[in-house]
Amino acid sequence: MKQKFNVITSTCVPLPLENVDTDQIIPARFLKATTREERFFGDNLFRDWRYKADGSLNENFVLNDPTYSGCILVAGKNFGSGSSREHAAWAIAGYGFRVVISSFFADIHKNNELNNFVLPVVVSEPFLAELFESIQKNPKTEVEVDLPNQTVTNKATGKSEHFDINGYKKHCLMNGLDDIDFLVQNQKKTELWEQQRK
Amino acid sequence: MNTLFDKIWDQHVVQQVEDGPTQLYIDRLYCHEVTSPQAFDGMRARGLKCFRPEKIYCMPDHNTPTHDQDKPIADPVSKTQVDTLARNAAEFGLTHYGMMSKDNGIIHVVGPEKGLSLPGMTIVCGDSHTSTHGAMGAVAFGIGTSEVEMVMASQCILQQKPKSMRISINGTLGKGVTAKDVALYLMTKLTTSGATGYFVEYAGDVVRNLSMEGRLTLCNLSIEMGARGGFIAPDETTFAYIKGREFAPKGDDWDKAVAYWKTLKSGDDAVFDKELSFDAADIEPRITYGTNPGMGIGITEAIPANGRMANSPEQNFQMALDYMGFKPGQKLLGTKVDYVFLGACTNGRIEDFRAFASIVKGRQKADDVIAWLVPGSWAVDAQIREEGLDKVLEAAGFAIRQPGCSACLAMNDDKIPAGKLSVSTSNRNFEGRQGPGARTILASPLVAAAAAVTGVITDPRTLL
Repeated sequence: MKQKFNVITSTCVPLPLENVDTDQIIPARFLKATTREERFFGDNLFRDWRYKADGSLNENFVLNDPTYSGCILVAGKNFGSGSSREHAAWAIAGYGFRVVISSFFADIHKNNELNNFVLPVVVSEPFLAELFESIQKNPKTEVEVDLPNQTVTNKATGKSEHFDINGYKKHCLMNGLDDIDFLVQNQKKTELWEQQRK
Repeated sequence: MNTLFDKIWDQHVVQQVEDGPTQLYIDRLYCHEVTSPQAFDGMRARGLKCFRPEKIYCMPDHNTPTHDQDKPIADPVSKTQVDTLARNAAEFGLTHYGMMSKDNGIIHVVGPEKGLSLPGMTIVCGDSHTSTHGAMGAVAFGIGTSEVEMVMASQCILQQKPKSMRISINGTLGKGVTAKDVALYLMTKLTTSGATGYFVEYAGDVVRNLSMEGRLTLCNLSIEMGARGGFIAPDETTFAYIKGREFAPKGDDWDKAVAYWKTLKSGDDAVFDKELSFDAADIEPRITYGTNPGMGIGITEAIPANGRMANSPEQNFQMALDYMGFKPGQKLLGTKVDYVFLGACTNGRIEDFRAFASIVKGRQKADDVIAWLVPGSWAVDAQIREEGLDKVLEAAGFAIRQPGCSACLAMNDDKIPAGKLSVSTSNRNFEGRQGPGARTILASPLVAAAAAVTGVITDPRTLL
């Protein structure tokens, strides 16, 4: 889903757990699809937390709690650890999230989000703790994520933080371009490099 | 600066993108059936051919059943995924080692054993355990499906250069302590995010003295500390392992290759972003008790009582213990075990079967334990039979299954039932990893064998 990215303001879904691994984001039994059906992956996002073993809804899980909604997922540190499965990013995008805020992301998953036009925003531990607090106090707390200015703002407290993203990737996200376009355009350069290597 | 990682990375830089990542050339792409179909679809949608098809090797491993592989796969969805890989490989002109071909097996077992993964290479696969190939002295890392498509389209990938870390383990490993225990120890010490953002070079006497199989196990588990990859500078052990393998350089090319490989080490003046050092004497056979690989203890130790272990907040800790059915402060020796799994890209090699056999020889499988012994490849299976280990295992009441990823992530029929406790030589104990509700204890082949013959968590040193 190449959705151009600019400024997003939204309420948040809080998931104050640490070390959320990609096996929880999308369990392995849902990896058998051979197409990129984001709806299918989105429907099974956090499947084993969303549903009980008997298939009924787990009403205690945040995605099933109508109090919380929005296109920003706020998660504890080390989000997306474990398996490299990009299906996890497809599930997050397919569910409708466009931003994930955490104090720390696992490497592979972070790239996978970026490659699917989901923006991983790394914030400080205090900012994250305060954001969880704001959302707990008022589930309608909004957060503004401003990609052009690389700022994230907790609208409840007015506190703002700068976040990092390299200029190339920012340009890609804002213009709906991906790395494959870039690499294919650069094939001549790669051929030259191959010849010099010999 | 001047680390082995820098050397290999720098030798593969096609260009540095302005205010962006590096365009890195990739020597080897491996594809399995789970993380490749959408990449092939993307290639078709863009009307692209693979840029360097001869550098790409495909094989199914995640969905393959571990019995009756000569018959069609019973699960139609698994069958479709496996068939799709074969069809895509044929369409794009890629080498494909299909199920039941003697070349098939788990991708991270097959690559090194065929000589496809060599020192100094850059190696990627849509699989986080690609770090395994780092044992050959290569820069190897897992990637997502979009990145698989990048490599198919251009033989390159865009990546930020990671930081470098050296982990040295010195001293001598005690009796019954294996590469798996070293890795489990490191995960507990570093937590599952302690090496995120880094590439790890393993060094020290313990690492030097490991066999290639042990090194492959150690590097395999780098991702469980969060590291993108882990590697070991190639040495005589590496060269001896590679020599004569199917795709290893031959004749003059061999001599040239070895001369180059000998240059692949960190300089004496190398500066790492982080250096850690551990003592082998502190490591005993280990097990995990929680739901991430960093939640581990020595086999004789108790689960921490305070709940702040492994850098996990109390809520996570309690959730993990509730899932596992354990209590803070509990000792696990003597805990009843339902399933034992020997295999996976972590411990599915010949040495792992030798270790398992060394414990079960002359003993019998405990009646109420179900044991799945799954070789990592057909080549491993052949060697098991050549060495007569099959006879030892069968005499002790164990059967050898057919190769594949199997119960490591339960994408085939090998699922641990909900609530059952499994001692597994695989790499992840996440909730539901071995099947919905399954409870996983990660351990070495020796610990797994000890559990298999006694029916309970047992210190393997008492059986050696």
